[in-house]
Amino acid sequence: MSAETTPHIVLEARNVVKTYGHVTALDGVDFELRAGEILAVVGDNGAGKSTLIKALTGALHPTSGEILLDGVPIHFKGPLDARHAGIETVYQDLAVAPALDIASNLFLGRELRAPGLLGSLFRRLDKKKMREEARRAMNELKFRLPAIDNPVESLSGGQRQGVAVARAALFARKLVIMDEPTAALGVRETGQVLELIRSIRDRGLAVVLISHNMPNVFDIADRIHIMRLGRRAAVVSPKTHTMNDVVAIMTGAATA
Amino acid sequence: MTTATVSPAEASRSLKSRILGAPSAGPLLVLIGFCLIFALSNPRFLATHNLSIILQQTVIIGVLAIGQTLVILTAGIDLAVGAICVLGTIVAGKLVNLGYDPVLSMGFAILLCTAAGLAAGGLVSGLRLPPFIVTLGILGILTAALRLISAGGAFPVRDPFLAWTGNTMKLGGFVLTYGVLIMFALYAVVWYLLNQTKWGRHVYAIGNNTEAARLVGIPVRRHLLSVYLLAGLIYGIAAWLALGRIPNADPNAMQSANLDSITAVVIGGTSLFGGRGGLIGTLIGALIVGVLRNGLTLAGIDPLWQDLVTGILVIIAVALDQMSRRKN
Repeated sequence: MSAETTPHIVLEARNVVKTYGHVTALDGVDFELRAGEILAVVGDNGAGKSTLIKALTGALHPTSGEILLDGVPIHFKGPLDARHAGIETVYQDLAVAPALDIASNLFLGRELRAPGLLGSLFRRLDKKKMREEARRAMNELKFRLPAIDNPVESLSGGQRQGVAVARAALFARKLVIMDEPTAALGVRETGQVLELIRSIRDRGLAVVLISHNMPNVFDIADRIHIMRLGRRAAVVSPKTHTMNDVVAIMTGAATA
Repeated sequence: MTTATVSPAEASRSLKSRILGAPSAGPLLVLIGFCLIFALSNPRFLATHNLSIILQQTVIIGVLAIGQTLVILTAGIDLAVGAICVLGTIVAGKLVNLGYDPVLSMGFAILLCTAAGLAAGGLVSGLRLPPFIVTLGILGILTAALRLISAGGAFPVRDPFLAWTGNTMKLGGFVLTYGVLIMFALYAVVWYLLNQTKWGRHVYAIGNNTEAARLVGIPVRRHLLSVYLLAGLIYGIAAWLALGRIPNADPNAMQSANLDSITAVVIGGTSLFGGRGGLIGTLIGALIVGVLRNGLTLAGIDPLWQDLVTGILVIIAVALDQMSRRKN
């Protein structure tokens, strides 16, 4: 990346509103994700974190407002559109098929077919290539796993989530959104997954991390987007603000 | 480093599980065990003539069990296997006896069976009804309708094309019917679909974790529809094989098809919870059912005992599956 003063903005939301009848879930929220950063999104329950993420990934349609990907306005009809545009999402509830092996899980829904007639006519999978690619991806992410043909159910929870995170990293072209990726994990396993998120950032992808866990957020985030009452209350840096500051802004006890 | 260091305990476990835990090793041992028992108690059991008969007796259940495997892999169950197959035999038989072209008649009957599978799939995927209830309903509807059509009774079907699958050929002293060859061919084709194509991967993924399958963008409903459709097509082909074995269309036939096909699938190591197992196990499972029925018949035991033993077998197989899952 060149040392520009204004970094490239990958994903942006301007004045996005989402109402359900009389309930206003998003009240003119702004959002800005820069290239190559980990942006944490924090907020109290009901502050609009999930609604914001759903609006960004096409899982719901904003009532008004604009969403731009690389500066171009986008209108996703559903999560599949977002995926085609290069946005991958990781969910907290380990979205893997436990009996399938690691390579199969990495390529689930995006299997590679063998070259030539074997692939085009006989629809044969290229298992070897998928295994090699899976190995390469795991090496690049420095994520240590037992043999790639082991079923995912033989892995620990952290390793399983690692597979889901690696899958997103493997296919995301622009950014990865992680919705509480460590909520179901223990301390050590959380550490593994955080390490993985860092290496995704280091490969140049932007990461949005939704999390309740403040120590994790401060450990890993480059910037912190704080939601309050359906709006962006502030964006702060973990270097200039403390956890107490962030919690104060979240609860409305302080402003940035 | 592609693989992290493996502890000795893990290594020995993986070696042991590779031999004993290979999905079809257990069923294969059971099959060999039954063969040994029957061979020791009756020398006629191992005669090539009898082995060839066992294969012929296995054909219909073996083919029905292919469709059953597909449905069970998606965490469903198909209680209409026998009924859809009987639909095929009755319709083909009726049309041929009315003087229609046998090839077209059989083709139309197979098409109807496919449509019945499609209907089941539509109700399961479209209305999200439990497969158990949908196929139980179809079983009831078809059974009653077919008895009405055929006025309650069985009728003979004499046509060389419909009987063709019962014709025999010799393979090194071993007598095989074309039906047996068609069964093996179907196993090969569907095995390929399940293990070598995206379609098969997605069948496993849906049975394993439907939500995860949806999240990675697999069109779950359409995929389920295709599974039931293919199952229906397979039951239709089984109808042709059934007419080749017995040239008789009987609305009351295949009463034990549900029990036998589910037993074959489950003994073969496919989990009733979906997403685990496969066709090689089912083929072995179907052979176990075939060997069991043949062996007990040779021993002069009343056919009712065969159902009883099959029932016990399926319960044991499911219990083992449950226990192994709980351990995980």
